[in-house]
Amino acid sequence: MTHDEALFQYLLRLGDSPLILAQRLGEWVGHGPVLEEDIAQTNVGLDLLGQARLWLSCAGEVEAGLRAPGRDEDELAFLRDAGEFRNLLLVEQPNGNFAATTARQFLFDAWHLLLLRALAGSKDARIAGIAAKGAKEAAYHAERSADWVIRLGDGTDESHAKVQAAISDLWPYTGEMFTPDATELALIETGVAADVRALAAPWRRHVDTVLAEATLEAPGETFMQQGGKRGVHTEHLGHLLAEMQVLQRTYPGARW
Amino acid sequence: MMAGRDAPVAVAAAAAPAGSRPAIGAVWQALAAVPDPEIPAVSIVDLGILRGVGWDADDPAMAVVTVTPTYSGCPATELIMASIRDALTAAGVARIRLAIEFAPAWTTDWITAEGRRKLREFGIAPPDGTRAASASTPIDVAGISPLRRARVAVACPRCGSNDTRLLSQFGSTACKAQYRCLACLEPFDYFKPH
Repeated sequence: MTHDEALFQYLLRLGDSPLILAQRLGEWVGHGPVLEEDIAQTNVGLDLLGQARLWLSCAGEVEAGLRAPGRDEDELAFLRDAGEFRNLLLVEQPNGNFAATTARQFLFDAWHLLLLRALAGSKDARIAGIAAKGAKEAAYHAERSADWVIRLGDGTDESHAKVQAAISDLWPYTGEMFTPDATELALIETGVAADVRALAAPWRRHVDTVLAEATLEAPGETFMQQGGKRGVHTEHLGHLLAEMQVLQRTYPGARW
Repeated sequence: MMAGRDAPVAVAAAAAPAGSRPAIGAVWQALAAVPDPEIPAVSIVDLGILRGVGWDADDPAMAVVTVTPTYSGCPATELIMASIRDALTAAGVARIRLAIEFAPAWTTDWITAEGRRKLREFGIAPPDGTRAASASTPIDVAGISPLRRARVAVACPRCGSNDTRLLSQFGSTACKAQYRCLACLEPFDYFKPH
């Protein structure tokens, strides 16, 4: 695989996770438990969607150098099938209840913040620029979701049980975040990609600190699911894409 | 979609005879009148998102304006770009090139003193200090304090009291948090340090 081919794949991964998570958070519009959180949750989704646009636009530019004319952000978002998406399995998991959405966000945000801070030092100036901007946004996301895990965990018996169940259910999807494949390793080698293996320890420290304050427990050793990076997804992604892509699929090229 | 980096747009030639152009001071003045669409009390100059104004090296009648958006997903970016075009056209600029620059990332430190005063008068507490983390910041989230323990004292823009409480880390827009004043009991927006 050439450097630019690997870079294209890597940019899709960077863009697809925030894109899919933004779509999930968008499903909450008008359904939040209280108005303030309804707004907050979708504001986080808006930040993630903005970041996804930057990553996918960048991916399209790299692709244009490989196979002219390349695709733009819209074509990449709306006209790829599930097998071509490179997002983490974690972000495509259904929203469930508010505790499940919060747990998913918490596990993702801590990783995302660490990743973006590391990428701010990328040797690729485009990646460094997008990441430095996104890291500032992710810091507020991580703060909010950690706070909510504590409020729910250290809340009522019911909220505690729900968020504990969600953490346990989602845990098998976290291993993928710290496991690079050959494509990623090649880019880590050249200083373009972030070495996600180095993020595992600080992520775990943060997660353990928050879970302890939330009176929650991290699950023990468990089998970790893999697949998002090579397009092997859970059954949920296809359903999500059906809703996200229906307009462009039905009316190709439609514009607001 | 965002305006392309290199998308020169020829505006109505009637606005100015070819080759003529307004003084750079007049251009800045025109841009200082462009309001932020979501917080119209402050202009794009007050916000510090206008990073550069000049003339194209090869085309002296083409203004080159560089903008750094506040947030990656700021929905106002496209409207701001359109407003800049309108303002410059009205000021007699013949051709305009708009460039979006992401690095260095926008920070609330770039909001002018005048902008902070206007925000407060508008009922929005201006950002206090900065949280900018550079690329050299160690990879550690231990510094993140859950908002329940947030210790930043944000003064109420209405009564000035420091006895305020954070309601939510996100307010009416992504760049603001929601607070409540425990003295005058009014809720208010806080422009988060970024």
